[in-house]
Amino acid sequence: MTKAAAKTSASSAERRPAQAGRSVSAKNVKVEVLPPAERVSLRAPEASIAALSKALGLTLPKSPKTSASKAGRMALWLGPDEWFLIDEAGKNLLADCAKVSALHSAVGISHRNVAFEVTGPAAAAAINAGCPQDLSLEAFPVGAASRTVLGKCEILLLRTAANAFWVECWRSFSDYVFTFLSEAASDAAA
Amino acid sequence: MLLIRCPYCEEERPELEFRNAGEAHIARSANMAGESDDDFEKFFFIRSNPKGIIYERWRHIHGCARFFNAVRDTVTDKFVMTYKAGEPKPSKLPGAVK
Repeated sequence: MTKAAAKTSASSAERRPAQAGRSVSAKNVKVEVLPPAERVSLRAPEASIAALSKALGLTLPKSPKTSASKAGRMALWLGPDEWFLIDEAGKNLLADCAKVSALHSAVGISHRNVAFEVTGPAAAAAINAGCPQDLSLEAFPVGAASRTVLGKCEILLLRTAANAFWVECWRSFSDYVFTFLSEAASDAAA
Repeated sequence: MLLIRCPYCEEERPELEFRNAGEAHIARSANMAGESDDDFEKFFFIRSNPKGIIYERWRHIHGCARFFNAVRDTVTDKFVMTYKAGEPKPSKLPGAVK
């Protein structure tokens, strides 16, 4: 934090994402803050899905609790007409959506969220410390995604691998979520 | 913890993800200004509050965020069934219901 502050000069703006660089390692779990990414909240009726999928370069999932992923770009099913788009490389999702003339609403929320990665054999146990969903591989397979709760706040949960989860929360809750996951990680390791 | 079936997510999810949104199937008048005070009072304030089966609106707020309707027994607190918003009140309830 101090190093980053020292680098800031009056002439250039420097982006300092919330919780940047924080990570915690326990015996079987690791919690890391992920770098900034492009994020879009997408609402669209059934008739627009095909055109949007084509413009985005990945098929928007239509069944509950699923996600699609292609070349660093992810689409999470949130509701019957609602998706959460992430582009890890920071490519412009809004510009791709803007090419579509079919009815839709795309709102850029890149700075609203902070993402964490929870990895390790006890990752599910750590998240289950505050999340009431069944995270067994049968109920929540790789690629499953859902909006849910962690402790007292809302999160987005995506299983990227059998032992890895992507956790998104609102920026102002990120300190709470990171601290919660850190405590949970040390409990899960014990 | 109660498990509530969300008709949009098509599975049972923990109650922490849900929020109650009052009694279901209460029709709002198309001509609100023309309502008499008595009719407005009935629409706005008076709820059935039964002992037994109640039809309620619920919202899967920390999930798909959709409103849906649920049939619940106020005595046992058990959910009899859930169905999508806009669908008619089920004429037959599954299982043995008093």
